Amino acid sequence: MSQRDLPQHPKFLWHNPEPARHYDAIIVGGGGHGLATAYYLAKNHGITRVAVLERGWLAGGNMARNTTIIRSNYLWDESAAMYETSLKLWEGLENELDYEIFFSQRGVLNLAHTLQDVRESVRRVEANRLNGIDAEWVDPQQVKELCPIINIGQEIRYPVMGATYQARAGIAKHDWVAWAYARRASEMGVDLIQNCEVQGFVMDGDKVTGVKTNRGTIYSDKVGLAAAGHTSVLTQLAGFRVPIQSHPLQALVSELHDIIHPTVVMSNHVHVYVSQAHKGELVMGAGVDPYNGYGQRGSFHIIEQQMSAAVELFPAFARAHLLRTWGGIVDVTLDASPIMGLTPVQGMYVNCGWGTGGFKAVPGAGTAFAHTIAHDEPHPLNEPFALDRFETGALIDEHGASAVAH
Amino acid sequence: MLIIECPYCGKRTEDEFGYGGQAHVPYPEDPHALSDAQWAQYLFYRDNPKGSYRERWVHSAGCRKWFNAVRDTRTYEITSTYLGAGS
Ligand SMILES: Cc1cc2nc3c(=O)[nH]c(=O)nc-3n(C[C@H](O)[C@H](O)[C@H](O)COP(=O)(O)OP(=O)(O)OC[C@H]3O[C@@H](n4cnc5c(N)ncnc54)[C@H](O)[C@@H]3O)c2cc1C
Ligand SMILES: [Zn+2]
Repeated sequence: MSQRDLPQHPKFLWHNPEPARHYDAIIVGGGGHGLATAYYLAKNHGITRVAVLERGWLAGGNMARNTTIIRSNYLWDESAAMYETSLKLWEGLENELDYEIFFSQRGVLNLAHTLQDVRESVRRVEANRLNGIDAEWVDPQQVKELCPIINIGQEIRYPVMGATYQARAGIAKHDWVAWAYARRASEMGVDLIQNCEVQGFVMDGDKVTGVKTNRGTIYSDKVGLAAAGHTSVLTQLAGFRVPIQSHPLQALVSELHDIIHPTVVMSNHVHVYVSQAHKGELVMGAGVDPYNGYGQRGSFHIIEQQMSAAVELFPAFARAHLLRTWGGIVDVTLDASPIMGLTPVQGMYVNCGWGTGGFKAVPGAGTAFAHTIAHDEPHPLNEPFALDRFETGALIDEHGASAVAH
Repeated sequence: MLIIECPYCGKRTEDEFGYGGQAHVPYPEDPHALSDAQWAQYLFYRDNPKGSYRERWVHSAGCRKWFNAVRDTRTYEITSTYLGAGS
């Protein structure tokens, strides 16, 4: 794998219109999910009088802060369908959006360090194959061949006992993905409105008819919420609750290195994940801070834990310098799966609860959410992820099963 | 890292503690009387405010006792800790 030069940032990717008084649909939140939803509303459903309202700058939330890992090796059928649909869309996205997104299918290893990990991993490989998803169980020697700098010695606390490997998985350049969607949506007539915070809703009985913002009231009888960590703040204003908790999640990068880390390595058990960005930074993430928070920064002891795990697995990292850390606010549900569908408010739709893993879902979720908004009914992909699963008990429990602890 | 004041042991660093989520969520008085929707609220729904939050912590690497804290979820500042029901 060679290093690629980044293209120049084009000056005008989208228009910056004043908000109109009325739209056919309003999307709250200009992250990856909001932008993709607007794009597919225009492209798949011909609904172009759409506004995406973003309280900060476009894609400056979790979309700008994630570690960009894309994979579809989830255990349960419902998740596998969502993430595999997304992965197939990722594979054609550069062409579809006619824009570089640096999607690099360099493969993802999910390491196993205990007998329980091994059993769980092999089970997931078989489940993936039954769902037509590429997956392999690889032994420590094969792990070493895929990622030569990894330590497979027995002397560390949790030696590598093998891994699952998804060769089609990889990473993409997150900002470029957001800008690519934004550019296309804007070309098709979608209004992308920044510095526009939704502060309340206009209701007619149990129907939504508009949103109140710091830039005035904007009317629409279809409002889609794609506000990630802030969804419960919004639904409270609309008079209902969603079972999510907002947690800080942080990531960090080293200074630039030659390309030494050819694939993505994740470990749920010692909890660190590592990839190398196109320019050469080592990009690392770990778990969420346990407590609720909206502060967009994480705790130092999480960095200490993740670093001690990383240095055992990759002794070469001991000499790397940490350059930058940052945090996002992720929205975690009790079954570690998203919530997408209708709400108790007519005309209001919700797309949230992606927790630590929603970047990879952007194309598929955008497609499904656009369908949900256009037809006032869920797409088959998001039907299982309805809000009422917490009442029926049909939970899609991906804790651990999805190869990452949330 | 947060500095948390255990009501029993005093100020310690966050990594000695475990988090228990929202405080003051009582077990339903008459569980048999609850509908599925009410059960869902009890089991899965918790407040998630942007601001002051009453929450449970356990001093797991210390005295192992539970207590409550009032913390601002924007600034992470803990304004008080106190013993609550079940402490
Ligand atoms: C450190 C970190 C690492 C991660 N790593 C990965 C990974 O490797 N792979 C993966 O798949 N996922 C990863 N994720 C998760 C992923 O980033 C999120 O699941 C996903 O970005 C959430 O959807 P979004 O992009 O639309 O959210 P966001 O980008 O957060 O978009 C929500 C937007 O809503 C806006 N908003 C909020 N309230 C309002 C309001 N009232 N009015 C107007 N706008 C509002 C916000 O400003 C924000 O821009 C990671 C997240 C973090 C923080
Ligand atoms: Zn104590």
